[in-house]
Amino acid sequence: MSLRIVVCVKYVPDATGDRHFAEDLTVDRDDVDGLLSELDEYAVEQALQIAEERQRAGDDAEITVLTVGPEDAKDALRKALSMGADKAVHVEDEDLHGTDALGTSLVLARAIEKTGYDLVVCGMASTDGTMGVLAAMLAERLGVPQVSLLSEVSVEDGTVTGRRDGDTATEQLQARLPAVVSVTDQSGEARYPSFKGIMAAKKKPVASWDLSDLDIEAEDVGLEGAWTAVEGATERPARTAGTIVKDEGEGGKQLAAFLAERKFI
Amino acid sequence: MAEVLVFVDHVDGAVRKPTLELLTLARRIGEPVAVSLGSGAENTAPALAEHGAVRVLTAEAPEFADYLVVPKVDAVQAAFEAVSPSAVLFPSSAEGKEIAARLAVRIGSGIITDAVDLEAGEEGPVATQSVFAAAFTTRSRVSRGTPVITVKPNSAAVEAAPAAGAVEALEVSFSEKATGTKVVARTPRESTGRPDLTEAAIVVSGGRGVGGAENFPVVEALADSLGAAVGASRAAVDAGWYPHTNQVGQTGKTVSPQLYIAAGISGAIQHRAGMQTSKTIVAVNKDAEAPIFDLVDYGVVGDLFEVVPQLTEEVKTRKG
Ligand SMILES: Cc1cc2nc3c(=O)[nH]c(=O)nc-3n(C[C@H](O)[C@H](O)[C@H](O)COP(=O)(O)OP(=O)(O)OC[C@H]3O[C@@H](n4cnc5c(N)ncnc54)[C@H](O)[C@@H]3O)c2cc1C
Ligand SMILES: Cc1cc2nc3c(=O)[nH]c(=O)nc-3n(C[C@H](O)[C@H](O)[C@H](O)COP(=O)(O)OP(=O)(O)OC[C@H]3O[C@@H](n4cnc5c(N)ncnc54)[C@H](O)[C@@H]3O)c2cc1C
Repeated sequence: MSLRIVVCVKYVPDATGDRHFAEDLTVDRDDVDGLLSELDEYAVEQALQIAEERQRAGDDAEITVLTVGPEDAKDALRKALSMGADKAVHVEDEDLHGTDALGTSLVLARAIEKTGYDLVVCGMASTDGTMGVLAAMLAERLGVPQVSLLSEVSVEDGTVTGRRDGDTATEQLQARLPAVVSVTDQSGEARYPSFKGIMAAKKKPVASWDLSDLDIEAEDVGLEGAWTAVEGATERPARTAGTIVKDEGEGGKQLAAFLAERKFI
Repeated sequence: MAEVLVFVDHVDGAVRKPTLELLTLARRIGEPVAVSLGSGAENTAPALAEHGAVRVLTAEAPEFADYLVVPKVDAVQAAFEAVSPSAVLFPSSAEGKEIAARLAVRIGSGIITDAVDLEAGEEGPVATQSVFAAAFTTRSRVSRGTPVITVKPNSAAVEAAPAAGAVEALEVSFSEKATGTKVVARTPRESTGRPDLTEAAIVVSGGRGVGGAENFPVVEALADSLGAAVGASRAAVDAGWYPHTNQVGQTGKTVSPQLYIAAGISGAIQHRAGMQTSKTIVAVNKDAEAPIFDLVDYGVVGDLFEVVPQLTEEVKTRKG
């Protein structure tokens, strides 16, 4: 039986660009380039490896990439498709503007249920909100096991296993499918799309769903429906220029004098 | 005064510092009631009482160690229902955030993660977050439900404030889902004897400029002379020169020490995300154009293999 994998990918403003907030205190996406969150590339890569492993064993797997985001978020889906995913789902609706984590998890969970799944793969965190909570929220909403923050993952005989490197210990985890997993940037470099992959991606199906397709009321998402409210955002003042010296043999001693002056020694 | 639930992060009864900071913040918005789970839970009570916990709810059960996250969610939910708190606070550890996330879904409440400060506000607690690699500071609150907030380490100074800390057993009945994810093996991390990275007052980090695992002792020697923790950039970690657990940055640890010393680190945005809020920043880099110099209070343009050992010697001499 085909293993149905859904990978959640987020379209985010480029971290190396000048990220800032719009007047309504949501992320201003207008003048910063967007891209597939780099940490979600690791999720796509692990899904591809799980699918390839399965195909080698003479079995089948199908990978759907899923995003909730504005029109441009299609770029993130294209990138994932060109890496090798089979099809894509884009949830897009004007009423989604300003949705917070709880709302996002509701939309993703409904879309995942509608798609059908055996395994959901997320990144460890987005590179903009960086909350690192969505995988746990999805597992809670879907009522399936959470196997999160894995630096190694594999699927065999309806069981997912993985290694979680925590603060105080390394854990080996195991759960029955269906399950939600998230993978860290230690899970293995993501592949670059090949030319063939990029061409093939253009022909792969991208479904577009709005809130009504998912039976979600507008008042449960978006800025109005948000469970959290941002009251203010201020740019951090630029640091005052520090002292910079060139080492001409005494650099270490000069630095020591500075540290002593600041009472660190 | 309203009660505030505080989730306790501890290792076999030894309370970790971020939890004590959390108690300090909790006292600004109400009376802290601590929830302490797993092996050694009762032993956390004296430390929690000393830092302001009026009550300590404890539960011990093998489920907490044998299965991932969900048993603790069940327990915190039980505490939530027993106490009806005005807010629930967690340390921003990986586990803390995941328990908080699932609790928020269950009780239908908004969640704010990685707060760096917390104040009482007219419509409930207001959390400060440091976002976009610390380029912006936002102030947010939970507008629906009971605020669920996770707080980063080093967000408040630990203050003693003795309170009753009465220990009460928490009744927990585990949900069917509690045993969904089995922990089949656990290998505790070996202690290096150096301070914990996220808690240390001084951090010395090495990057690609260190050039190899065999050179990291140069960084470690400086750290030891200052009583500091050792950090590393992702480039150094990916090259296998230093353990991943020591990585500082967006996908590593966020540190906010009194002093951060970066040796052979260029200062990429993702590294800055993890150290930009350090009080004093110092860098040694042979490239005068390295972006890290935009952040520093003091920078030395030079070869780290010359500068760092000289600094280490000087620190030792000055410390006598
Ligand atoms: C600076 C900033 C701070 C924020 N703070 C808060 C806050 O405190 N509370 C709050 O409720 N909301 C907050 N938000 C909004 C929040 O980022 C979004 O609702 C979001 O999509 C979920 O959080 P995250 O991106 O941090 O997800 P994370 O939990 O960090 O993401 C983990 C994984 O979930 C998946 N995922 C996340 N979003 C999507 C998506 N849209 N489509 C597909 N897959 C996705 C990806 O696999 C991703 O790797 C904040 C946003 C920003 C930009
Ligand atoms: C999604 C994502 C997440 C990431 N997360 C992190 C993260 O958490 N942490 C992190 O650090 N990075 C992270 N990165 C990687 C980051 O973008 C940089 O690649 C990385 O920080 C570079 O490490 P570095 O400064 O050690 O190396 P480089 O950028 O190569 O810099 C090395 C520096 O050493 C200097 N140097 C060389 N030799 C000497 C010498 N003898 N003496 C003095 N100076 C010398 C050089 O001049 C140079 O400036 C992430 C990237 C992505 C895409």
